[in-house]
Amino acid sequence: MPDTISFKLNDQPVHLNVDRDRTLLWVLRTDLGLTGTKFGCGEGFCGGCTVLVNQRAMRSCSLTVKDVQDKEVTTIEGLGKDGQLHPLQQAFMEHDALQCGFCTPGMILAAFGLLRANPQPSREQIIRGMEDNFCRCGAHTRIIDAIQTAAAAMKGGR
Amino acid sequence: MNPNLDPALDFQAGPESAVSALASRRDFLKRVGGGVIVFVTLGDWAFAQEAAQEAARPVSVRPGLPTDFNAFLRIGEDGRVTCFTGKIEMGQGPITSLPQMVAEELEVPLDSVDIIMGDTDLCPFDMGTWGSMTTRFFGPALRAAAAEAKAVLLELGSESLKVPVTQLTAQDGVIFDRQDNGRRITYGQLTKGQKIERHLTVKPSLKDVSQFKISGKPMLRRDAREKVTGKAQFAGDIRLPGMLYAKILRPPAHGAKLQSVDTAAARAVAGIQVVQEGDLVAVLHEQPDAAEKALEKIKAGFDVPPATVDDRTIFEHLLRVAPAPKVVTQGGDLAQGQAQAARSFETTYLNSYVAHAAIETHAALARIEGGKATVWVSTQNPFGAREEIARAIGFAIENVRVITPFVGGGFGGKTFNLQAVEAARLAKATGRPVQVMWSREEEFFHDTFRPAAVVKIRSGIDAAGKMAFWDYSVFCAGDRGAPHFYTIPHHRTAASGTFQGPPGLHPFGVGAWRAPGNNTNSFARESQIELMAAAAGIDPVEYRLQHLTDPRMIRVLKAAAERFGWTPAVSPSRRGYGVACGIDAGSYVATIAEAAVNTEQGTVQVKRVVCAQEMGVVINPAGAKIQMEGCITMGLGYALAEEVHFKGGAILDTNFDTYSLPRFSWVPKIESVLVEANDIPPQGGGEPAIVVMGAVVANAIADATGARLLQLPMTPDRIKAALKKV
Repeated sequence: MPDTISFKLNDQPVHLNVDRDRTLLWVLRTDLGLTGTKFGCGEGFCGGCTVLVNQRAMRSCSLTVKDVQDKEVTTIEGLGKDGQLHPLQQAFMEHDALQCGFCTPGMILAAFGLLRANPQPSREQIIRGMEDNFCRCGAHTRIIDAIQTAAAAMKGGR
Repeated sequence: MNPNLDPALDFQAGPESAVSALASRRDFLKRVGGGVIVFVTLGDWAFAQEAAQEAARPVSVRPGLPTDFNAFLRIGEDGRVTCFTGKIEMGQGPITSLPQMVAEELEVPLDSVDIIMGDTDLCPFDMGTWGSMTTRFFGPALRAAAAEAKAVLLELGSESLKVPVTQLTAQDGVIFDRQDNGRRITYGQLTKGQKIERHLTVKPSLKDVSQFKISGKPMLRRDAREKVTGKAQFAGDIRLPGMLYAKILRPPAHGAKLQSVDTAAARAVAGIQVVQEGDLVAVLHEQPDAAEKALEKIKAGFDVPPATVDDRTIFEHLLRVAPAPKVVTQGGDLAQGQAQAARSFETTYLNSYVAHAAIETHAALARIEGGKATVWVSTQNPFGAREEIARAIGFAIENVRVITPFVGGGFGGKTFNLQAVEAARLAKATGRPVQVMWSREEEFFHDTFRPAAVVKIRSGIDAAGKMAFWDYSVFCAGDRGAPHFYTIPHHRTAASGTFQGPPGLHPFGVGAWRAPGNNTNSFARESQIELMAAAAGIDPVEYRLQHLTDPRMIRVLKAAAERFGWTPAVSPSRRGYGVACGIDAGSYVATIAEAAVNTEQGTVQVKRVVCAQEMGVVINPAGAKIQMEGCITMGLGYALAEEVHFKGGAILDTNFDTYSLPRFSWVPKIESVLVEANDIPPQGGGEPAIVVMGAVVANAIADATGARLLQLPMTPDRIKAALKKV
C-alpha cells in the first residue's frame, strides 16, 4: 500500500508516496531519477548498487524504502560537496581506477564505508573490505591504490 | 561524452534534445554549418583489413561494406574539433586514445577534441568494436583525416596570411609564419564562414613516431570524471517521459517451446500492460519492480526437449559431432618427425563454457515517433543493432537510429542485440517508449558463451630434447592463436569449426569472448611446450628461446624474464613459476607468474604476474597498461573458476553465487612491461595479454607441485585430482 516514506537523500529531505516494500534501488533509479546507482545482479552479490545509509555502505537492491525511513541516504551523485569531488572520486580519477565505469559508483561508496570504519586501512584490509564488490574489467589493483591515496588525503578525517 | 560540443549540434545530449529530429546523416551534414570537414573513405586499405579479420563472423553482423565514407572529423568555427566514429566506449579506452591521435596529427590541444561515438545517424558506418581493431585499423583512418584537415587549414592559412605553405607551422590550433611569429591565425578564425568538405581516398603521410607530442604519452581516461560522479549514462540510465519498463517471459531452457500462457493475473495488476506477440510475452509498467512482480503472475507451460548433454559430457559430444579438422598450417613430414622422436606426448586439453558477465546487463530504450525509431542500446555493434531492429519492426534502415551511450563492459558479449529488438518491438506494440534491461539470470541465459573446446596434441622430442614433431587439432574454439611459433621441423595444425559453431553444435548460443579461440589455443600449446621442456630437463624459458626465431617473441620473453628476475631451473622446481607466450591481434605477449598451491584444499593463489607486451607503436601507454592489467585479472577467472553449469539447454548458473568472477583477494602483484617497437604500426591491445593466462597458471601449478592440469578452469577438485596422479 502506498505510504509516505521520509528520509534524507543527498542532504535533502525526501517525502515519497510509495509502497513501503518497494526496493530502494528501483525507487532511486526510477522515481528519483538517480541513475548513478547501478543494477548489476539484484541479489546483493556484486555491489554495483551500493549506497550509503547513515554513512554505512549497503546494497540498495536488498533494501526496501521502509528500511531507510528517517535515515540518511547518500548516492554517488551526493558524495561530492559544494562542487568539490570527494577525495575518493579524485583518487579514482588520478589512478585510472576504472574502465567501463559501471561498477565505479558502488566501488567508491563501498570504499567510503570501509574508510569510515577504518580510516587508515592496510592493503590487506582494503582487499578484505572490497572483496564482495565485483569489477569485470579488472581495475582491482588501481582501485586498491586509489583507496590508499584517498585514505592518505583524508588523513583519517571525513 | 561531449560536454563542450557546439550547442547548435546538441545531438549527444539527453532525450529532451533534438536528437530524433535528424532524419539522416545527410540532414546532419546540412546542419553542421561552417567549418572544415574531412571525410575518409578507407576503400581498400584499413577497412579491408577489418573486413578480412571479420571473415569468420556471420553475415548478420557484417552489414556490408560502406559506399560513402568511414570516418570524418570537423573543425568548427569555435576551433573545437569533433571526431565521429562508429566505435564505442566500453572501458577499453578509445574515448581517450582516438582524440589523442586526432590532436597529434592536427596539431591541436587534446582538450579541444570532442568525440561522438556509436550513433548511427551521426557517425560513419562501422563493423563493430571488437577484435582489438580500433587502434590498428580505424586509427590510421582517423589520423589520415586529421592530417588532411591540417593540410587544408595550412592552405587556408597561406591564403589568409599571404605566406607560402612551406613557411608556415601549425601548432596548438594556430598557424604562424616561421619567419614572423606575429603573423598568425587560429583554426577557428580560418574556418569561419567556410564550408569546406574534403574527401580523402588515398593514404596521406602521417607523422613519424619520433615527432609525437600527444600520442605515445600516457593519458588519464577522459571519461573518468563522469564515471566517478555518476553522471555517465549507460543505456539503462536514459529516461524519457511516459516510458515503460518491460519484463519478458523466458523459457526454462534453450530449445523450449511455449505451449500455453495465462496472463490474466498479470493483466489484473494496476498499471500493467501485457504484450503477447508470437514468441514475445512481456509485462510493462512505469516501475521496473512492478513489472518484475507482475511477470511472476504469468502462468506458462513449455515443452522442454530432453537434455542430452551437460557440463560433464559436453566434451565427448563435441568430439562426436564436430566437423573434421581442416589444416591451418603445416610443414615437414609428421611421419618422419615421429620416427625421429625419442619421446612422444599425447595430450587432450579441455576448456569449459565461460560467460562474459559484464556488470552492466544488456539494456535498451526504444522510442518510436513519427515513423522513426530511436533506440539507446548497450552494444558493441551499433550498426548491426540498427539492422536487427529495422528487420524486427519492419522499418527501413534509415528510419532506425541507434545511439550508444557508455557501455558497461562488453568483452564480445554485446555483439548481438536481442534486448534492443525486444525494446523496439514493445515500443511499437505499446506506442510508448520502452526500456528492456535484463536481469542477471536473463544475462546468463542469453549470453553467447565462449565455447567449450577440446585440443588434442601429439608432439615429440628427439634425444637431445629438441622438438621433433607437432600434431595439433583444435575442436570448437576456432583457429585464432592455433598456429605455433616455435621451430619444429615437422608439424601440422588443424582446426574443426569456428568459435561460433557450426550451428547446432552447442546446446545454446556461443560467440566471441575476449580473444576468441586464442585462450583455448594458447592454454593447450603453452602447456604442451612446458611439458616437453620438463621432459627434456631444460629450463622452460631457455627451452622456448632454443625454439624461437621470431625476434618479436624473443624480445618479449627476454623482457619478461628480466623483469621477473628469472633464474633457470628445470620444472618442477617447486618455486611455483610458470611462463607462457602468445600472439594475438598483431601483438606479442610473454607472461611469467608465481603461484602458491594449497595442496590440501586444491586452491591457488597467484602472487605475482609479469607481462611483457610488444604492440608496435603505443598511442596511450597508460591505457595499454590498464588493458594488460584487465586482461591478467579477467584471465584469472577462466583459469581458476569460471565455468558455465548446464543441463541440456537449461543454464544452471543464474547469478554470481554459483558463477565466480575474480575478486580483490585473487589479484596478484601485476607488473606490465611495454616493449618498445616504434618501427611497427600500432597493434591490438584489448585482448593479447589475456590469452596466456590459462597456460601460465597451469604451468606455475605444475612447477609448484608436479601436477599437470589439462582442463580449465583449474578448480580445487580438479587440482586435487591432478595432485593424486603425481
